[in-house]
Amino acid sequence: MSEITPSQTVGPFFAYGLAPHSRCDWKPSDVYDWKETAGANLVTPDASGTKIRIEGQVLDGDGLPINDAMLEIWQADAQGRYAHPRDSGTRPNTKFMGFGRSATDKSGTYSFDTIKPGSVPGPNGKAQAPHIVFCIFSRGMLRQIHTRLYFSDEAANASDPILTLVPADRRGTLVAHKEMRGELPVYRFDIRVQGENETVFFDI
Amino acid sequence: MTLVFPRESLSVFPKHLTPDYRSTVKRTPSKPLIIVPQTLSELTGPVYGHDAVQEGDADLTKQHKGEPLGERIIVHGHVLDEDKRPVPDTLVEIWQANACGRYVHNVDQHPAPLDPNFTGAGRTVTDSKGYYRFITVKPGAYPWGNHHNAWRPNHIHFSVFGHSFLSRLVTQMYFPGDCLFPFDPIFNSVTDEKARQRMISKFDLENTIPDWALCFRFDIVLRGREATPQDTDKH
Ligand SMILES: [Fe+2]
Repeated sequence: MSEITPSQTVGPFFAYGLAPHSRCDWKPSDVYDWKETAGANLVTPDASGTKIRIEGQVLDGDGLPINDAMLEIWQADAQGRYAHPRDSGTRPNTKFMGFGRSATDKSGTYSFDTIKPGSVPGPNGKAQAPHIVFCIFSRGMLRQIHTRLYFSDEAANASDPILTLVPADRRGTLVAHKEMRGELPVYRFDIRVQGENETVFFDI
Repeated sequence: MTLVFPRESLSVFPKHLTPDYRSTVKRTPSKPLIIVPQTLSELTGPVYGHDAVQEGDADLTKQHKGEPLGERIIVHGHVLDEDKRPVPDTLVEIWQANACGRYVHNVDQHPAPLDPNFTGAGRTVTDSKGYYRFITVKPGAYPWGNHHNAWRPNHIHFSVFGHSFLSRLVTQMYFPGDCLFPFDPIFNSVTDEKARQRMISKFDLENTIPDWALCFRFDIVLRGREATPQDTDKH
């Protein structure tokens, strides 16, 4: 039997510790007086690549907004390199961490400002389409759930080694749709935890 | 050192759907999770070093003008991998209720007093031996709406990164001998008795500081163990 420490829910009260500033609808007066480890803006002054925004809603099995979820994202930089010793690539964007946290607001909405990631190596040397790894924590989740965001404007999705393991009729739940807001590309990515059009979650 | 992250290691985690904890019912995926290979995207993960932590972040009793009310305690331990090797330089974040069982969080409705001298958030980075140490006050039990007369056992919330996104852990640390254990569906969502015991800190008399503070030890074991030649072949 495994000897790891079991997971427990993040509960409803994590925000002042884990996401004290990063909620869409928080007025300055709502912000907790605690330095954030990581927030919803991943962009660093030295990061090259296309600035993008990711927005979406997290919904429960009744289609109701989950207003107390925490989303964590992990991604490569625009050149497809992770800020981690296991990735052997040397990174030109030395400050870009590729990690973000956002708490959902009253309407279940979260958002991230980041850089569109590049393609990264996949199993058996096959390239993966650009994607962002998502991890969702919330009250009512005793352990986190994992999913991935893919971009609607990437032809490489069709041959992505992970996306092609997903039944074709469910792949769409992992694809964020692009719209332009002025100059800024905004990708809409809703996460339906349960029920109709349920987002695909991974066992990794 | 190459670490591998066997799926079997997660067998001690709670099931996503645990109806005794009511909120899981509408927040559990209804379709089976899709098994996918672990790629570079999962095998890597954020690395937060000592620059993420400010002086004093690990002492929750010194963040305000005065000292918080309650029992001062030391909570310390090691973060380890499945081979019981230390996980050095990894970020450990905690948050908790005050001694009265009230969170600073603005949706906490429990009619217990806030303490102007206590926020309840802390963070530190493990040293080269995987060791961490916090000073705080013992959090109180608090009621919640899960069922009639539902109370959470005293606990401190923990968040740990580890070597990769696959070792990421959010958990709760409990205190030995809590009378609320038999009634708490969150604690009991872990069905393996030994695994449940691993969420309970141990009273540590040796590191209790005379005339000052009780000490509790909480070692955290993260997913991830050293690859054997066999594992390497498979990948
Ligand atoms: Fe709690």
